[in-house]
Order: sequence, then structure tokens, then C-alpha cells
Amino acid sequence: MNTPFIQVVFSILRKDLRTELRSRELVSSMALFTFLSILVFSFALELDREAKQEAVSGVLWVTLVFASILGLNRSLASEREEGNMDAMLIAPVNRIAIYMGKMLGNFIFTVIVGVVLLPVMTVLFNFSMVRPTMILILILGILGLSSIGTLLATMTVQTRSRETLLPIAMLPVVLPVILTVVRATNAILNNQDMMQTLLTIGLVDVLYITLGSFLFEYVTED
Amino acid sequence: MSHSLIEIIDLVKTFGFLPVLKKLNLTVERGEFIALMGPNGSGKSTLLRQIAGLSRPTSGIIRVGGWTLPDEAAAVRAQIGMVSHKPLLYGNLTAQENLLFFAKLYHLKNADERVENLLDRVGLKKRAYDLTRTFSRGMLQRLSIARALLHDPDVLLFDEPYTGLDQSASETLDHLLHEAHDGNRTIIMTTHHLTHAAGLASRGIILSRGVIGYDEKLSPDTNLPKIYTEVTNMVTAR
Repeated sequence: MNTPFIQVVFSILRKDLRTELRSRELVSSMALFTFLSILVFSFALELDREAKQEAVSGVLWVTLVFASILGLNRSLASEREEGNMDAMLIAPVNRIAIYMGKMLGNFIFTVIVGVVLLPVMTVLFNFSMVRPTMILILILGILGLSSIGTLLATMTVQTRSRETLLPIAMLPVVLPVILTVVRATNAILNNQDMMQTLLTIGLVDVLYITLGSFLFEYVTED
Repeated sequence: MSHSLIEIIDLVKTFGFLPVLKKLNLTVERGEFIALMGPNGSGKSTLLRQIAGLSRPTSGIIRVGGWTLPDEAAAVRAQIGMVSHKPLLYGNLTAQENLLFFAKLYHLKNADERVENLLDRVGLKKRAYDLTRTFSRGMLQRLSIARALLHDPDVLLFDEPYTGLDQSASETLDHLLHEAHDGNRTIIMTTHHLTHAAGLASRGIILSRGVIGYDEKLSPDTNLPKIYTEVTNMVTAR
């Protein structure tokens, strides 16, 4: 009776990519926010090279966390405002597939912003940030943010104070991801081994995706 | 074994400590056109959301076509189409893209053909490739009906469909509702427009404070405004 899981996931993902390509609301506002934040940090932190290296990973991830909050709020709010989430929920589809579709869209948008951010940071902070390992960390870290963020944003968009509620709900929950990816980013910049950290991020991602998948049905029902 | 299309038994829905539906019992036969009326906050939309499986009952049983909610929710949802006062459409997609997206969610085999037919039926074939954010309220509501009819559901739920429509758009909607009903499909429509309700529906239900205060067949002689005032005043006075 259910529509195939993969068909639902990719229909929602394709729909999100198409609407974003037309409106360019989400990625452009996230990109502008990250660019301005990085610019402010680069001028505000007048540090020596060693201290800068310590700070740069924190700057990267704090900026990405807030950019992802911005994107998540916008992405889920647009579904709620016109009642589109109800239209999807009333279809005979597995609700985990709706969660996956929305989560993948948010993930892709934040990865695009993150990938654009790396060369900008290379120029502003004078560290080589564009490396394959950095992209890998970026993907794993953003996967963690998007997976739990999609679940939390689905909850908070139903409230009137969603703009303030999402960061309040999300920041404590994503703390394990932030701490791990900052450590991994530092390890990359110092050319140290980061295998253990990679495994930890992977495990946290799996945990968040599992939580999001199972709880999504409950947060979408009245 | 009951043959009613929709069976609601002792349905209770509370939000926190606030009871919205209080031990509601209702059966709906196939082909009925029900106008669900009542003051704001009487539980009309909550009842529709319960039938659509969008909201979980606090207690009680809901069966649609023999399938029980929430355990057989997918089977129930496959039989239901819903039109709300919100368009439930994406402004940055064209009319055709919107319908094709929902056709994918319903796993329709002949999606392109079905979408084209429905766009023609609701008079939007010429605007098929226009973004729906450029549509008027009336056009959005027509497209919304096309979306709800995509999978040819047995039950259509309309939640205040006349909200924000001008006279001409309301008349078009009347016509589409008649067509959508076609004698076999079951329609439940919440509305504050008593004249529309009396003109379209075969049965009128008035909800007040979460209980059914009136449930009768409607005829041209039914003085719905008078009954509405009496029922809502009576329930409020209890």
C-alpha cells in the first residue's frame, strides 16, 4: 500500500532542490551569513599564527552551526506555512521517508555553503583549508547537524517563537558533534591522525539519524 | 459487521488538559455529503485531522473503509483527499510540477495523463506551466482540489474551503464540489457558510464544544441558520 521508500525520499529531495534553484532563498541567505560571520571573525581575532590555528576550527564550525539553524528554520517553516507538510503527511507514505527527504535537502544545502566557505577561510585566515580530509569532516559534521536539526526544526516550527526556540533546542543537542568535529578539524590542520575522531562522528551521525527517523512520526502528529 | 464508510466510536481528543472532542460517535455512509458546522473552536478541524490521520486520538476508535487508525494509517490515508483553507501547494513549483510531485507520493502509474486530465477538469490547463505563486486564491483552491482528487479517493475532506474566495470563485468551487461528489464519493466539509452548506450537503452536523448538537438530513426546507443558533446556544448554556 505504501509508496516505495526511495521514491518518496528522492521526490522530496528533487522538489526541495528545484524550489531552491528557483528561489535561491535558502543557500544565498546561509552563504551571506557565513561570509559575513567569517569576515567579522577574521578582523576581530587579531591573533598570532599559532593562536589563529587553534581558533580557526571553532570559527568554522560555530559559523556552520548557525548557518544550518538558519537554513533548517527556513526549510521547515516553508513546509508549515502553506500546510505542505500536512499534504505530505496525508499521503500513504512511510514518514521516515519524509524525514529522510527533508534531511537530505538540508544536508546538501549546508554542504554547499560549507564547501564555498573553505576557500574563503583559506584566504582570510591564511591556512590551507581545502583538503579532501576537511571535506570528509565537513560532510560527516553537517550530516550530524542536519539529521538532528531536521527533527528539532520540525518540532519548533509549530510554535510561534520558532526562530529563538530552534537554537535553544539544538545547540545543547549538537554539542557532541561540535566538539568532535572541532577536534578533527584541528587534527587535520596539525597533520595529526584523526581516525578515532572520524569514527566518533560517524557513530554520533548514526545515532542522530536513528533518533530522527523514529521520533519524526511523533513530532509531526498533534 | 458495519458497512459504514467512516465509523467513529467514543472519540476523545485533548490538547494538554483541554478537551476538544468529547466522546464523539459518528457514522458516515458512502456517498454522503456532510456539512460540518459549528463555532470557532468547536472541534471541526480537529475532527477532520483525526479522520485524515494527521492527529492521534487521545482515546476512541476511527475506522475508514474498514481500516483502523492509527494502526492501518497508510491504508486509511490512501482513501482520503484533503483540501484546506491553506493551498497545500508549493509556490515555486508550476501547477503541473505540484501535481506530479504529489502523484509520485501516491505512486500513481499514469501520473502524466492523470495530471493533465485534472488540470483540464479544474480549468487550469492553460496555466499548467506557471508557478503557483502567481495564482489567485480561487485558482489555488481549484488546483488544491485537483491535488486532492489525484489518487481518486473515496473520501474528500474540505476544511473551510470558501475562506478568502470571492463570489465568482465560490460559485466555481460549488460546481467543483458537486462534480467531485458525483454521487459515490463521500465528502465532509467544515464551513461557516450556512447557505452553502444547505445548498450542497445532504446531511448537516453541528458541533459545539466538542459534542454533536445536531445531526440530520438536510432538505430545501431546513432552516439551518435558526437551527445553528438554537444548537450552539443550547450547548453553551449546558
